This record gives sequence, C-alpha cells and structure tokens, in this order.
Amino acid sequence: MGETGFLAALPINEFVFFINKGVLAGLIIGSVYALGAVGVTLIFGILRFAHFPHGDMMTAGAFFALMLTALFPNAGAFIGLPSAFVLLPFAMALTALLAIGLDRVFYKPLRATDAKPIVIVMASIGVALMMQGVIRLFAGTTARQLDAGAKSIYRVAFGGRDIVLTQPQLILIMFTAVAVAALHLFLTRSRMGKAMRAMSDNPDLARVSGISTDHVVRTTWIIAGALAAASGTLLSLDVSLKPDLSFNLLLPIFAAAIVGGIGQPYGAIAGGLLVGFTETLAVFNWSVLLRPLQPLLPDWIEVPTKLAFVPTEYKIVIPFFILIAVLIWRPTGIFKGRLLK
Amino acid sequence: VISYQTRALALVSGIAVLVGLVFLWLGAAYGMRMLVEASCFALIALGLTIQWGYAGLFNAGIMGFIAISAFVSMLVSYPVNNLFWDSDGPAMLGWAGLYLVVGAAITYGFSQTHRFGLPTKYRTLLTLIAGAVTYLAVQNILDPATTLIESQARFVGGFGLPVWLGWLLGGIAAGALGWAVGRITLGLRADYMAIATLGISEIVKAFLKNADWLTKGTLTVSPLPWPVPTPNELGFVLSRAAYLSVTATLIVILYILFERAWASPWGRMMRAIRDNELSAAAMGKDINRRRLEMLVLGNIIIGIGGAALITFSSIFDPASFQPLNHTFLIWVMVILGGAGNNLGTILGALLVYIIWIMSEPAALFVFEHGAYWMNQLFGWEAPGDLATRALQMRVFVIGLAITLVLRFAPKGLLPEKVVKYE
Repeated sequence: MGETGFLAALPINEFVFFINKGVLAGLIIGSVYALGAVGVTLIFGILRFAHFPHGDMMTAGAFFALMLTALFPNAGAFIGLPSAFVLLPFAMALTALLAIGLDRVFYKPLRATDAKPIVIVMASIGVALMMQGVIRLFAGTTARQLDAGAKSIYRVAFGGRDIVLTQPQLILIMFTAVAVAALHLFLTRSRMGKAMRAMSDNPDLARVSGISTDHVVRTTWIIAGALAAASGTLLSLDVSLKPDLSFNLLLPIFAAAIVGGIGQPYGAIAGGLLVGFTETLAVFNWSVLLRPLQPLLPDWIEVPTKLAFVPTEYKIVIPFFILIAVLIWRPTGIFKGRLLK
Repeated sequence: VISYQTRALALVSGIAVLVGLVFLWLGAAYGMRMLVEASCFALIALGLTIQWGYAGLFNAGIMGFIAISAFVSMLVSYPVNNLFWDSDGPAMLGWAGLYLVVGAAITYGFSQTHRFGLPTKYRTLLTLIAGAVTYLAVQNILDPATTLIESQARFVGGFGLPVWLGWLLGGIAAGALGWAVGRITLGLRADYMAIATLGISEIVKAFLKNADWLTKGTLTVSPLPWPVPTPNELGFVLSRAAYLSVTATLIVILYILFERAWASPWGRMMRAIRDNELSAAAMGKDINRRRLEMLVLGNIIIGIGGAALITFSSIFDPASFQPLNHTFLIWVMVILGGAGNNLGTILGALLVYIIWIMSEPAALFVFEHGAYWMNQLFGWEAPGDLATRALQMRVFVIGLAITLVLRFAPKGLLPEKVVKYE
C-alpha cells in the first residue's frame, strides 16, 4: 500500500486496488456471512429461536474438514483442488448429523415441554459454550492452517495492475453462488422445500395440512449444519482456522439475517453481502482513492494519509450499527421478513 | 416434597460447610478473598434476577455493563494525573466535546425538521449527513488529542473522588447504556435484545481495549483505590473483611428493598407483565415502559456490583473481561439459584462461585494426573498447552450446567415463592 511508485502512477492503479481490497474482500467475507445467515434465518423462521451456537457450528464443521484432511491428505491432489474442499461434503454431512444430534438432546425436550422461546435461546447459549469448550479442549486455542500447501493465485491483468484472487477465495465465491441457486430450487420446486416455507409462514396451518414437523425440523438442521460447515471450512481455507471465532462471527451473521428479514433465505444472502461490503468499505482507506484527485483540489484541502470511516479494531461496531439501524427503521428487514413477537 | 424452608436451610448450611472447608484448607486470606468476590457476584446476580426473574428480560451482555461501570468507577476514583492536566490534552478534549455537542444538536435539529413540513426522506438524508459530518469532525480533532495524551501523559488518569461515588456513577453509566439498548429492542421479541446486548458488550470491550488514552489499554491501570483500608495498611484478612462488610451491607440493603418491592403492588404488576403480557396490557399497563424501568434498575445494580468486583481486584484490565466469567457464570448463578427469588439468587451466586473457583485447581489436577497415567499406560504424549486446554473444560461445564438446569430444574434450587391472594 505504501509504495511510492504506486502512488505516483495513474488512477487506474488505485481503482484496481479498490477492487482488490474493497470489492473482492467484501464479496469474500460477505459470502461467508451469507452462508451462515441462511442457516440462522431458516432456524429462526422454522424453530423460532436465535441460534447462538451457529459460529461454533461453523468452527466445528471446519474442524471436521481438518480431521478428514489429516486422514486423507492427498484427496484433492489429483484434481488440483485443496483436499479440504474435496472432503467438504463429508464434513458437511458430519456437521448436519451433529446439528440433528444437538437438536435431539438439547432443544427437542424443551420444545416438548412448551418452554418459552427465550428459554430455548438460553439453552442454545449453553450449547454454544459446550461446543466452544470441546473444540478448544481438543484443538487448543492457536490458529491452524487447513491447507498446508501454497495457495494458487489467479491474476487478471487490468490496466497495468493485477486483480488478485486466491484459489480458496474463488472456490468460496463460486460455492456460494451454487449453494444459493440450489437452495432456491430446493425451496421453490421440491416438496420438502415448499413444506419448509409453509412451516415458516404459518406453523399451525402447515401442521393441520399434514406436514410433518419432525421432517421439516430435521431438514432445517441438515441445511443449516451443512452450510455452516461449508462456510466455516471455506473461511478457514482462505485465512486460517481459529477456534475462538464464535462470538465474533455471530454478530455479523445475526445482523445479516435480520437485515434480510427473518425467515427469508434470499434476504439472508443479500444481508450477508451487505454486511460484508459495509464492513470492508468502512475500514477501507479511502484516501487511496482520493489521493489522485489531489492536484485538482485547492491547496487548503489536503487528503489525509488515513481516511477510513472506522478504525480496523472497531470493525465489530459495523454489524452492530447495521443491526440497530434496521431494528429502528425497519424491524422486518429489507425483504419484509416476519417480525417474531 | 421438600418444603421451601428445608431447602433454604439445607442450602445455607451446605454453603456454610463449603466456606468452612475452604477456610480450613486454604487459609483465611484466601477464604476472605473468595467471599468478597462471591459477594460482588451476588450483587451482580441480584441485578440480573430483577431483569430475568422479575421482568423476563434476556440480558446477554452483562460483561459490557460491568466493564463500562468499572471503567467509570476507575475514572472517577483514580488519583489525578497531573501530567495530563498540565498538557494541552484537556483543551483539545474540550474542543472535541464542544464539536460533539454542537454536532449532536444540529443532527437532532435536522431529525426534527419534519415538524416544519420537510418530507421524511429529506429529513433522514439530512440527519444522516449531519451525523456523518459530526462524526468525522469529532474524530478529526480527537485523533491528535489522543496521540498527544498518550505520548505526554500516557492516559487521562482519574478525578481522585471517593470510591463510593465512582461505584454509583458507574452503576448509572451501565443503566444509561442499558436504557439505550432497551429503547431500541424492547418493542421486539426477547431474542433481539439478547443479540443487541451481546453486541454492545463486545463493543464496550473493544472500545475500552483500544482507547489507550482513557484506559491505558493493555498496559492496565492499577492499583485502584479501595473504599476501605488496603491490605498494606491492615493486612490481607482484615482489609478483605472490611471490604466484605461493605458489599455484604449492600446486599442486605438491596435484599430488604427488593423483598418489600416484590410484595408491593408494583411487584405484583411486574409479575403480571412477565407472566401474561397480553392481559397486563389489557389492564392498561405500559409494558415496554415498565420493562425499560426494570432493565435500567437491574443494570444499575449490575454496574455497582461490577465496579465493586473490579475495584476489589485492584487492577483495571479491559482484556480481562470475558463473556464466560462476566456474563454466563452469572446466568448460571441466577437460574441455578432460582430466578425471581432474591434469597435463591444470593445463595446461588455463593454456591456457584465457590464451585467455580475450586474448579480451576480441580480441572488442572484431573488433567495432569490423567495425562500422567495416559503417558504411563499408553505412552501418550500430552500437548504442551494442557493447562490452558484444561481450563477450557470449565467453559464446557458452564454450558452443560445451563442446559441441564433449564431442562431438569427450570425453577432453580430455591424456586420463586408464588404468592397467592385468597
């Protein structure tokens, strides 16, 4: 960022820098949030509680991928993709099983006694703590690398400077796109998808028309668990696997789900991208873009060297303010989700 | 069925035996420290039982309210830092404050322009622009001020005022923050409040950790002044006993006040709102207003307890605030002791804290011996950070305790006394 040659060059360089550090970075983190928020919004819509262990479920999924990679380190070598990604379907299946198991043991008995929703939320916080404890007990608290080898990097030349994207980042973006399309088809075309939407819209009516609650609940956990595992694994492939992510991931994901409207999977995707972009652009150093304008500006205006809306260490404030703004002005979210009362 | 009195008696005597064992085993100084900390947690738990037990409010951000209150208390009671007052810092901070006040006034003015017939979309736009300009202007003047303070005076220091005033103002700060959160989330379902409070607590922690000019950040501020003579003057046991007398007095006063309030028409109204919102609303009770009242009141007590806790530790370290120790541990105390039962909450806090503090050596003992035997029997090599990992076991146990209590003893050890008027 601080190279002098770069600063003296044409504005196109700054523009590419903006694409790399602003647009692409936002798209990447936004995809992670989106995949997480879909799960949260489905659980919120169908089981009607805020699922606090979602960040830990993502971490757990990434750990399943890590363990599988340790067992079959060469799984991906002959296709040329990271092993963790090739083994991802198994990690997703394991996480889905874990999600169903947790539901059986901890939430179902509470639902059966007609506990208040808030009691289930509290139990979910208990589950989150348990998962955190187990993950850190077995994995320690240090960050790990999911993919030992060097990442392949793709460069697209663009006016003298490259748009840079690593392989895990490309996989993440493409996986999100495929997952969104698949989810759309599932929810609109399949019997189960329609049953899920019916359950989310009006549980009583769905039940009397013969939709099996158990089936719908199980499918919800499968989708939420699988997507959580995918986003956790792909995030860890991109950066590293940190066992203490949970609460840091939770706030942006909840913000995304609420911005998109509870019970609205498409909204959750839009919300995830919105939160991701806002977060990235808020900590982005805008003076890089403004500096080429310096010669055009009068002398008394000087472009400062650092001009970000929010210092990086306060990044967590962004999703919170998005959340607050939505709750004040449009509690149903931009996609008109349900306001749970 | 065991009667309420028997339960209470059994609980009290059980805790007394535990405390006696700790005193015998680890000495009076350690036992006193444990009791003081447990009493501070009991104060915080009383605040939470008001919110959860009386009003059904889910506060998942206790840590943030403790942290803000401890910070304010530190700011009020820490000795004056002359380096800061002799520098340009105060003047620059004054300018920043002036900008903030003027900017906030202009922003508020714009937000009211719809009263003069301006369409709401322009109003929102103007308000947002005014807010953003204010933010940038204040940040612009605050940045050099903080750099200057950090380089010349390290941090702003305190005001050197009495400690009790610090606790009180700290409690009020926590209450004010709770008011702001409550205003936004109270009309919505409880889940939103849980999310918002969790978020605000992480933000408060991030702020205190990074605002080096206010809190010295990771360098920590110590020693915090005590409201009673310090160990240097009286020795550990006596000074801690004096501290305990302060916190215990606070607990007794609050307990009596709450018991009276709980039996009053006001308490009846609160129970009605908690148990059946709809019919309470139909009786003309302003539910959200009452809940806001409870949230703020509970937060003030949480703040006072939190300030007492941090003052006792005598060091203000923003990084030491953990959701586990300062939020969820307190949740376990309240739901295990009996939400909505003041005595149950206090006893639950004592019991859980004794178990909690003993669990650290216990976990280390179990894990070290387990690793030793695994090594002897199977040649298994324990990872180097076994001690850190062993302590993570406590996270698991707290989580398990929450889920088990909610499922098998949802009313706690001492259930709420159901008052019947016949």
